[in-house]
Amino acid sequence: MSDKKSYINQRIVKKDAMALMAGKPLFTDDLTTKDYLIVKALRSPHAFAKIVSIDTSKAKLVPGIECVLTYEDVPHIRFTEAGQTYPEASPYDRYILEDMVRYVGDEVALVAGTTEKAVKKALKLIRVEYEILTPVLDFRKAKDHPVLVHPEADWVSMMPVGADNRRNLCATDGYTDGDVEAVLADCAYVVEGTYHTLANNQAMMEPFVTSTALDAYGRLVVTSATQIPFHVRRIVARALGISKSKVRVIKPRIGGGFGAKQTAVSEVYPAIVTWLTGKPCKMIFTRREVMIASTSRHEMEVTVRIGADKSGRLQAIDLYTLSNTGAYGEHGPTTVGLSGHKSISLYGPLKASRFTAEVVYTNTMSAGAYRGYGATQGIFALESAMDELAAKMDMDPMKLREINIIPEDVPVASYYGETFKSVGLQRCLKKAKKMIGWDEKYPVKDMGNGKVRAVGGALAMQGSGISGVDQAAVEIRLGDEGTYNLLIGATDMGTGCDTILAQMAAECLECDLDKISVHGVDTDVSPYDTGSYASSTTYVTGGAVIKTCETLKKKMTVLAAEKMDCPVEHVEFDGTRFYSMEDEKEISLSDLADASHFNRNDVMSASESFTSPVSPPPFMAGIVEIELDKETGQVEIIDYAAAVDCGTPINRNLARVQTEGGIVQGIGMALFENIQYRDDGMMMNNSFMQYKIPTRIDMGKIQVEFESTYEPTGPFGAKSIGEIVINTPSPALANAIYHACGVRLHELPMTAERIKMGMLALEK
Amino acid sequence: MKIKLWINNKVYEDHVEPDTMLLDYLREKGFKSVKCGCDTTNCGVCTVYLDGKTVLSCSVPVVRADGHRVTTLEGVAKEAEEFARFMAAQGAEQCGYCSPGFIMNVLAMAKELKKPTEQEIKEYLAGNLCRCTGYEGQYRAIRNYLGATRANYQLFEKGEVIEGVR
Repeated sequence: MSDKKSYINQRIVKKDAMALMAGKPLFTDDLTTKDYLIVKALRSPHAFAKIVSIDTSKAKLVPGIECVLTYEDVPHIRFTEAGQTYPEASPYDRYILEDMVRYVGDEVALVAGTTEKAVKKALKLIRVEYEILTPVLDFRKAKDHPVLVHPEADWVSMMPVGADNRRNLCATDGYTDGDVEAVLADCAYVVEGTYHTLANNQAMMEPFVTSTALDAYGRLVVTSATQIPFHVRRIVARALGISKSKVRVIKPRIGGGFGAKQTAVSEVYPAIVTWLTGKPCKMIFTRREVMIASTSRHEMEVTVRIGADKSGRLQAIDLYTLSNTGAYGEHGPTTVGLSGHKSISLYGPLKASRFTAEVVYTNTMSAGAYRGYGATQGIFALESAMDELAAKMDMDPMKLREINIIPEDVPVASYYGETFKSVGLQRCLKKAKKMIGWDEKYPVKDMGNGKVRAVGGALAMQGSGISGVDQAAVEIRLGDEGTYNLLIGATDMGTGCDTILAQMAAECLECDLDKISVHGVDTDVSPYDTGSYASSTTYVTGGAVIKTCETLKKKMTVLAAEKMDCPVEHVEFDGTRFYSMEDEKEISLSDLADASHFNRNDVMSASESFTSPVSPPPFMAGIVEIELDKETGQVEIIDYAAAVDCGTPINRNLARVQTEGGIVQGIGMALFENIQYRDDGMMMNNSFMQYKIPTRIDMGKIQVEFESTYEPTGPFGAKSIGEIVINTPSPALANAIYHACGVRLHELPMTAERIKMGMLALEK
Repeated sequence: MKIKLWINNKVYEDHVEPDTMLLDYLREKGFKSVKCGCDTTNCGVCTVYLDGKTVLSCSVPVVRADGHRVTTLEGVAKEAEEFARFMAAQGAEQCGYCSPGFIMNVLAMAKELKKPTEQEIKEYLAGNLCRCTGYEGQYRAIRNYLGATRANYQLFEKGEVIEGVR
């Protein structure tokens, strides 16, 4: 008999857990052999320069050097490295190598050789003559600046995103609903603030790694630590000027992504070397290269105005975002939208709202995708401003939120007119307050030793996939002994989606989890999936798993009816056997599988695709308790309470760890992670020595609770979890710091120095 | 330079460049559990034992291991697996890239500290960075592991039967 236990909302161990922890060779570099050439890039020392000449003759003489490539050796086809559905919103503004360099770290030349030592030596022997140009480094001055980052004639924006390279504009965005100015003019209370977030680095532990080789058919096989195998196939083919049919992309285990690997940062470089030389290559970024030559979070400056009536009911929100996409436009046009749409929509219904955004090019490292994708920046601004409004009204900031949380079943103008069907935010807020002891601790307690303890909170939201764009297909095959092969194109990057999707399949097919074998991504084998980003995998690919299981069950039932010689309407399936009560017949799944492999003209396999017209938001409340040293401004985190509505959690362990991990990453952004540029455009924080991510002694205690809702459009009621969890720490900490010492910080990171300077300014 | 060393109790005699790091040497010999995270001794990912003491192999020239005993995760597979079950039960391995170095240090800590407090555990392991988990799940796993493998140590939580742990 079948075991009817559920696999949904359970603590299930990841299928690859033990192999990962045994240190098995599962990552991209582990899978290469000694035959692979080492590829490294010569990087620009200048923020903006034209290459006048490159002399590679000496470099080529180094023993072991296979080739040295410059802009003269590669195709001149503009492309974007952004992993997005075609046609991409990100502009086509790169060549593989170009005679222009646009930031310190930009690729100047590629060297391939048999040893790392030879390659490093050759890099030093390349002589480059630059015509140094004046860079645009301040993103506040970039729009309509006389210096253009991308003046080139073949720059192209494929989508109507309001881009204009003659104005340094990568995109403009926005919407208006109602008359914001008129409504604000009638408000009893209006607050306005401008908030600045930095270009944080995702800092996943495995750097960017790609290996490339030609297979027996002369096709280019790209094995890469990527979140976007199908987009990489297209990006590499375009950049190299070859057919997509010539490219195959394989994704092994990945050592973290956080959005960094939603951009094809490393793939095209070894790919062009292999394509030109026919030899296998690999490129492994050093940590320094990860820091200075990849894609970061978009630095943003967000100005928000909130108006409320006498009782604190919000009437209007006006939000303007200026976003710095850096030297190239990866994800520039798309991240900025979330800073408005996925902040304003927390509250309502509003009488009016407006969002305006501009995305500018500068001569700093390109920005890209990073967990939260603009929502993090917008929520820092809005949720800080909410506390400023509460302070102005002399109201408990959590009470102010409570009376303004967006209700279910009303069209949300700031969220493309969608209607939310599952909003657990009231319960999240109530739970988080209880977890931290808000009513006892708000706002501040003097500890009598020069230190104070204070609490501060914030709400957050995100989406679940990109509505009307993302799609995922899966395939499930019935195999020997009644087991199944689940083929997916979604990319497990440590998050556990291989396991989560298998849990869903096991639930649908009523079988043991062990009976579902999952195949990681290989674009020659896996069905099409946009990839794992935009909080899409559980929701979108999960939706495809359910559809596919239903189709396969129908096919198997038809075959079972034939084998049992009874009407198909009589046949039922319990996970291990098909049976007909009426006809008193049965056939085991294992026997059916054998029968399906004997003299058949059909295949016991199904494949379905899923896409969603909506992107239902998960919600959460995060409240932090801090201890602040009034002598030094030092902040210590005591406790962090998080209550999350991700619909139905599919795997409670993994959802919990996602939440804890996201919160700590958010704490890093809020308190430590400080990207600073020198006046000449050189990034100073280019290693883990200078760019401090949180250690286990920096994060206090984190408590996580789930306030589940049931999202009717999601698989088993699920919404997303991956990104939302990074969104509360910055505003919650800013609000706690305000309660602790009266200093309102509008800029991240909130270092002890900034806090103390703020306290000294207040004393004056 | 000529060296002779023992890796996981097997002898290796080799000619190496004087600037070859232990990390690169070990990977070249097939010990792929040893990984590089930062190149600046900040992340702990490349942790191995040199004569039983933890070292960061990215910053140890392999010539310093001449005449010494090196141990990688592959050499402590059995003990590592025992702890790994507790990690898996929490879902705390996530991407797994930092797991080998982290587990090496946890096993060293378990030998060195008799009854560590929460603060002592966190301080001992502070050099092992993890970007995925936020460390809480790792901490739960350590507490449960210590609770299950030694007397007089309180379990973090009562052991639950969790699907997939074998």
